[in-house]
Amino acid sequence: MFEILLGAISLGLLWAIMTIGVYITYRILDIADLTVEGSIAMGAAIAAFSIFNGMNPFIATCLAFVGGMLAGLVTGILHTKLKIPALLAGILTMIALYSVNLRIMGKANLSLLRIDTVFTPLENLGLSPTNAVMLFGFISVMAIVGLLYWFFGTEIGCAIRATGNNPQMARAQGINTNNMIILGLVISNGLVALSGSLIAQSQSFADIQMGIGSIVIGLASVIIGEVIFGTRNFFNCLISLVLGAITYRIIIALVLKMGMPANDLKLFTAITVAIALSLPVFKSYLRPIKKSMNGGDL
Amino acid sequence: MLVINEIEKKFNAGTVNEKVALRNFSLSLAEGDFVTVIGGNGAGKSTFLNCVAGVFGVDKGSILIDGQNVTKLPEHKRSAVIGRVFQDPMMGTAGNMGIEENLALAYRRGKTRSLSWGISNKEREIYKEYLSHLDLGLENRLHAKVGLLSGGQRQALTLLMATLKKPKLLLLDEHTAALDPKTADKVLKLSDRFVHEGNLTTLMVTHNMRHAIEHGNRLIMMHEGHVILDISGEEKRSLTVEDLLKRFGQVSGEEFANDRALLS
Repeated sequence: MFEILLGAISLGLLWAIMTIGVYITYRILDIADLTVEGSIAMGAAIAAFSIFNGMNPFIATCLAFVGGMLAGLVTGILHTKLKIPALLAGILTMIALYSVNLRIMGKANLSLLRIDTVFTPLENLGLSPTNAVMLFGFISVMAIVGLLYWFFGTEIGCAIRATGNNPQMARAQGINTNNMIILGLVISNGLVALSGSLIAQSQSFADIQMGIGSIVIGLASVIIGEVIFGTRNFFNCLISLVLGAITYRIIIALVLKMGMPANDLKLFTAITVAIALSLPVFKSYLRPIKKSMNGGDL
Repeated sequence: MLVINEIEKKFNAGTVNEKVALRNFSLSLAEGDFVTVIGGNGAGKSTFLNCVAGVFGVDKGSILIDGQNVTKLPEHKRSAVIGRVFQDPMMGTAGNMGIEENLALAYRRGKTRSLSWGISNKEREIYKEYLSHLDLGLENRLHAKVGLLSGGQRQALTLLMATLKKPKLLLLDEHTAALDPKTADKVLKLSDRFVHEGNLTTLMVTHNMRHAIEHGNRLIMMHEGHVILDISGEEKRSLTVEDLLKRFGQVSGEEFANDRALLS
C-alpha cells in the first residue's frame, strides 16, 4: 500500500509539470489547448529516441522541451496569424504531431530498459528507482514553480496575464496580444513535452498513444488542485497545481487498487472532470435551496 | 495634433448588407482641443473612434497623430500615444488582476516590455498618490482585484490608466453611458479635471446632448458617416439643447433619432 502511494506521488510530480503547462493555457490565457495531447507524446518520443541512440539523457530532455515549444509555436501561429479558432488550431497540431512522433521514433513504441536516463545518477547514489524519480521530480517541479512565479511577475509575464484576462484592454495598453498568446503556448507546450520526456524515462518506455486523454488528466489535476488547495495568490495556485496532480495520481492508484478495471480509467477521469467543470452550475441550483432552508437569510 | 483626411469605412463591403459607416470623413484637432462628438443611432461615432484607435483599419484616407501617419499602424502600436476609456466599464481593466497591476500595465504603455519586475516599490508610491486624487479610497486597496470594484470605480481607474502616461490623444467612447446618473457625473467631472490638468487633446463621444454642450471647447455632430455640425468657441458656450436639435433638423432634414439622447 505504502509503495503504491510512493509510486503515485513520484508519478504525480512528473505530471505536475504537465499540469502547470495546462494551467498556463487554460487559466492564464483562457484557451483550451489540445496541442498538449501531441506535445506530451512528442516530448517522450524525442527523449526516448535520442537516449536510445546514445545521447546524454539531460541533453535529450532539453531537446524534448525545445520540441514542445516548437509545437506550441505552430499552434500559436495557426491561431493568431492565420485566425484559426484556438480549439481547432490545437486539434490540427495534435493530429499532425501524431505522424511527426511516429517519424521521430520510427515505430509506435520504444523501450529504454537498461539504458541510462536522467534518473540513473540518483539511482547510482543508492536511491530506489521510485525515490530517484521522486527526488528528481521534486527538484524539477520546485525549480519550475520558482521560475514561473518570477516570470509571471515580470513585465512580459504581466502582459501575458492581461492578454488572457482582457485582450481589448491589453491592446489598449500597447500589448501585442498575438505575440503574448504565442509566447504562452510556447512555454506551456515546452513544459508539457518536458513532462512527457520525464514520464517516458521514469517508465523506461515511450508510446505513441501516451498523449491520449492527457488534456483531461491535466484539467482534472488543475481543478482538483484549485478546489482542494486554494487559489489565494499566484504562488498558492502553482503549489495547488502540483498537489492537485499528485492527488489525482493517488486517487487513480486507489481506485485501481480497489479493483476498478484499468480499461475504465479514461471514462472515470472524464466523468470526474465533467462533474468538476459543472460545479458552478450545480452551485447556482443549490443556492436557492440553501436559501430557503436557512429561512431566506444568506 | 490629430488630422483625419477623408477616411472611409465600409462594413460587409460587396454584399447586400454593405454599410458605409464613415464617408469622406475629415477632421482636424489642435493641441489641447476637447471635442465632444454627438450623433444619432448609427451615425458612425463609435466607428470613427475605433478607426482612430486602430481597432480596425480604414478603406480610404489617412490618419495622422502629431504629424505621424498611423493609418497602417496596428492597434497595440498606436496605443503608445493614445489613452482610451470604453463604454463598458469591464473593458478597460483586467478584472482578475490587482489595482496596482492594472496601473503598472498602463504605466508601461508604449514602452518595450522586458523581464524586469512588472511593478516596483517606487511605482507603488506614485500610484497611491494618484489614486488618492480619485477620492474613492482605492489608495488603500492596491492589491485588491479590480473585478471587486463597482462600475464607477472601474471607470475612474480606467481614466487614470488612460492618462497615467500622458497620451497625445485621449479617446472617451460613451464612457459614462453604463453608469447611473450620479456616478456618471462624478466620472465626467474627473474626466474634465484630467483633461484640463494635462492639457490633453480629447475626443469624447456621448449620447447626452447636455454633456456634449457642457464639456469641451468644441462640439461636432455626426450624421450618416460624416460631420454635419462643427461648433466651437463663443457659439458653443451659448449653445442649448433646443438649438442643437433645431440645427440638426435644418442640416439633415430629419428628426434627431437617438432615443437615449432624448430621454436623458
